[in-house]
Amino acid sequence: MAKGEAHVTLQGVTRVYPGVAGQQPVHALGPLDLELVKGEFFSVVGPSGCGKSTLLDVLAGLASVTDGAIRFEGVPIHGRVPDGIGVVFQEDASFPWLTVEDNIAFGLRQNSVEAGEVRRRVDHALSLMGLKDFIRAYPAQLSGGMRQRVCIARTLVLEPRLILLDEPFGSLDQQTRLLMGDELLRLWRETESTVLLITHALDEAAMLADRIGVMSARPGRFLEIVETGWPQDRDSRIVARPEFGRITGRLWSHLRVESLKALGQDRPPL
Amino acid sequence: MSRAGWIRVSVVVAAVAAVELLCQGGIITRFTMIPPSEMVVALAGILTSGRLTPAIVRTLRIVGIALAASILVGFVLGALLHALPRVRRTVDPLFATYYAIPIYAFYPLFIVLFGLGDVPIIIIGFLLAVVAMIVSTLNGFDRIPRALLKTARIYRMGRVRTALQVMMPCAAPYIFTGVKLAIAYSFIGVIGAEFIMSGSGMGYEIAFAYNNFDNKVMYPLIMLVLVLVTIINMFLHFWEMILFERRRRG
Ligand SMILES: Nc1ncnc2c1ncn2[C@@H]1O[C@H](COP(=O)(O)OP(=O)(O)OP(=O)(O)O)[C@@H](O)[C@H]1O
Ligand SMILES: [Mg+2]
Repeated sequence: MAKGEAHVTLQGVTRVYPGVAGQQPVHALGPLDLELVKGEFFSVVGPSGCGKSTLLDVLAGLASVTDGAIRFEGVPIHGRVPDGIGVVFQEDASFPWLTVEDNIAFGLRQNSVEAGEVRRRVDHALSLMGLKDFIRAYPAQLSGGMRQRVCIARTLVLEPRLILLDEPFGSLDQQTRLLMGDELLRLWRETESTVLLITHALDEAAMLADRIGVMSARPGRFLEIVETGWPQDRDSRIVARPEFGRITGRLWSHLRVESLKALGQDRPPL
Repeated sequence: MSRAGWIRVSVVVAAVAAVELLCQGGIITRFTMIPPSEMVVALAGILTSGRLTPAIVRTLRIVGIALAASILVGFVLGALLHALPRVRRTVDPLFATYYAIPIYAFYPLFIVLFGLGDVPIIIIGFLLAVVAMIVSTLNGFDRIPRALLKTARIYRMGRVRTALQVMMPCAAPYIFTGVKLAIAYSFIGVIGAEFIMSGSGMGYEIAFAYNNFDNKVMYPLIMLVLVLVTIINMFLHFWEMILFERRRRG
């Protein structure tokens, strides 16, 4: 992708969880450098426990860095959530006491958006996410994947300029994943927002992203940043291309070693 | 009503019918117990004569005061302790052993301190109920998923808004459980205290009838207490269904 304006910059970002009650501190992340270009689709893959969710927390301003600095649109983030960032968490974060509709409208109402506009945006998000028939359902009545869709919808309605997604399709089946991937690509093109997608599915990363950051076992750092070179108007059909296989192969060659490290088996078994 | 509900009702009806038969057949003597049918008639008589109305009103009033105070104070203390984890760590073990303390043992002390009026009774009802409310409130706030609080921060909500619009509704079912327990405990506390050392109230009237072998007053009053508590519980259950049923995974 063409080099554009830097949207987010990370310099030497490190996060160490302090040891509470006599426990050892946990060095979860970094030091890590990264520059996200405005409007790019960046994906992060890495072994379990390598600090991906931690990276998301510091990027969103939910946790402060132990060392280093993060800038979003030129302004430093330290432990405060700036305006313009939307997050879909790894865990289900829908509000169980609100209907699907009220869950999606919640953020807009917090910002005192006018009722007609709320209606319009919520309706749009509902049909986009295939939730039209569940407007008045409560999260408890939905499947895990549908609840995650509610969380995506409520992030989208706020029209964030930077969208952070932590394994949003983790609870979906493979087919739905691919289709939701297409949906996400369409949204990304439509909204022109910068997207950072954390995933453990290599094919998902390879299919969706302009660039893929491959993380090492904890403490997570980028081993390599792979450029996919996909055209902007791509969709899930690129999985049939030969380059797709080459990219996933390359990701896996890194991750095989790192995943074994994460499992505590440094040498691959014969 | 559900199948289980019908079975429950049938068991109660059968038990009452059995007692009725045993009383009528003279197997249970009248000195021990009067038949349930007579209890109902006597209770109707007591309620319509108005003789015991002041005692009933007084007890309900005292329970109401003890209950309101315990819900309010329990909730506030629970919320404060949740916000102050250091203080909480020191007092947490107290809660675990709290209900092992026979609070009635302190009743004479309360009388010395506050005199013979309503205050010692209110205090006993309050002390029994308040800790259940504190523990339930803490429990509710503890169980708020971290992702929900993070979501509130992503929405850039302030502390007050987060408390009112995320923490409270999330913890509401647990707080409601606290209220239910507080109602039960304040009834137990107040009627028990009246029973032991008071000069009025329903507990006192039951004890008075008991001391005078007056089964025609004692049993109807016991029945009244049971009926009252059952009605209140059914009402609470109804509200619980309305408020929280849809949130439950089913
Ligand atoms: N609050 C915390 N306190 C202490 N250590 C933590 C905390 N949160 C995470 N960690 C540790 O930091 C490391 C990174 O955690 P993180 O959740 O960022 O991993 P992840 O890459 O998202 O894992 P997964 O792929 O399983 O979601 C882990 O070793 C974890 O045990
Ligand atoms: Mg994670």
